[in-house]
Amino acid sequence: MEKNNLYKYIIRLADNALILGQRLSENCSKGPFLEEDLAQTNIALDYIGRAQVLFNYAAKLNNNNQTEDDLAYRRDEIDYLNFLLVEQANQDFAYIIARQFYYSAFDCLLYNELTKSKDETLASIAKKSIKESNYHLTHTIDWVIRLGNGTDESKHRLQNAIDALWTYTGEMFEQDEIDLNLSKNNIAPNALDFKANWLNTISTTLKNATLKLPENSFMMFGGRNGKHTENLGHILSEMQYLQRAYPNATW
Amino acid sequence: MVNSKLNSHQVFNLISEIPDPEIPVLTIRDLGILRDVKWDNNNYNVTITPTYTACPAIPFISNEIKRILNEYGIYNCEINISYEPAWTTDWLTKEAKLKLKQYGIAPPLHSSCAKKIGAESQIHCPRCNSNKSTLLSNFGSTACKALYKCNSCEEVFDYFKCH
Ligand SMILES: [Zn+2]
Repeated sequence: MEKNNLYKYIIRLADNALILGQRLSENCSKGPFLEEDLAQTNIALDYIGRAQVLFNYAAKLNNNNQTEDDLAYRRDEIDYLNFLLVEQANQDFAYIIARQFYYSAFDCLLYNELTKSKDETLASIAKKSIKESNYHLTHTIDWVIRLGNGTDESKHRLQNAIDALWTYTGEMFEQDEIDLNLSKNNIAPNALDFKANWLNTISTTLKNATLKLPENSFMMFGGRNGKHTENLGHILSEMQYLQRAYPNATW
Repeated sequence: MVNSKLNSHQVFNLISEIPDPEIPVLTIRDLGILRDVKWDNNNYNVTITPTYTACPAIPFISNEIKRILNEYGIYNCEINISYEPAWTTDWLTKEAKLKLKQYGIAPPLHSSCAKKIGAESQIHCPRCNSNKSTLLSNFGSTACKALYKCNSCEEVFDYFKCH
């Protein structure tokens, strides 16, 4: 039971990294200018590397001959446990930044707590990842401020994206039995403990960007339990194409 | 050449000169990627650590290690990829930092990342040594580098980020 909880928790972490990494990589060669294109691609690569390490660990925990590739490429939509936020479509550059902003602010706090995990493997992965997460957040905050204080068009677009994606932020702080069990055993934090901290980063940054903090309180849930928006299906159809068309293909 | 009598220290030396594929002026020992070699009565256990979780050089380096050891008749080697302790720019030796600079990459300024990221404004241009430079992007040509522009000679250069 304990091991099952940890397995599912690791899969959730890995899926967030994989799906966001995949989303960002869709943008490769489409960045607004070369340096930003490289930045987005670098961030995508960080996430995919993180997913790989986490899947590798999950596969070991499960002990049923699954490999990291089975987990990444050979599951069905309902088996993916990522946040709805990270699967949301790129739409325009403002959406990419808004999604990254909400997620990175959360990710930094979460992985910082995970460095103290009683589970040594998870703690060591977190110690490696947190350094990367900090760069992602700094970079994204720069963009929020730049677009918010930019032209009327950039401000308007970012405010739009900030408002549209807000409804997916509540899920990051949802705590179910798995989370509670792991936090009781000091393996993972209770995300509610750093929610105020997250909100502080978000509201301070938005203020500096002369943007408004969204007010609607309706939140969407489901991703963490395999109930996704239509976006995930589209991601998987592209991401899994090769493994589905040529099963067990290798490099 | 069959050789089962090499001790782990000798094996370490054999593979320590493998150049990093992305910064070939540095070896995997200079960078601190090669951590340890141990003999466990069956295998040489080689421990390496990636600079970044997604460091694409790791499979290349693993293959190089095996290839070189095979040349010495060693086939019983296990490569462990370790994440703890996490790789840090603190492991770059003084010589490594000098080599980086001569290669045209500004070496990391201070130890690790205790400081707030982005505040590394006093980066010296590796070409003209000017300390006036502007950050162009925190993400450069590879995950471990940022892109700067020298305000004096106007050359764009890579900076090895503190990590
Ligand atoms: Zn210069």
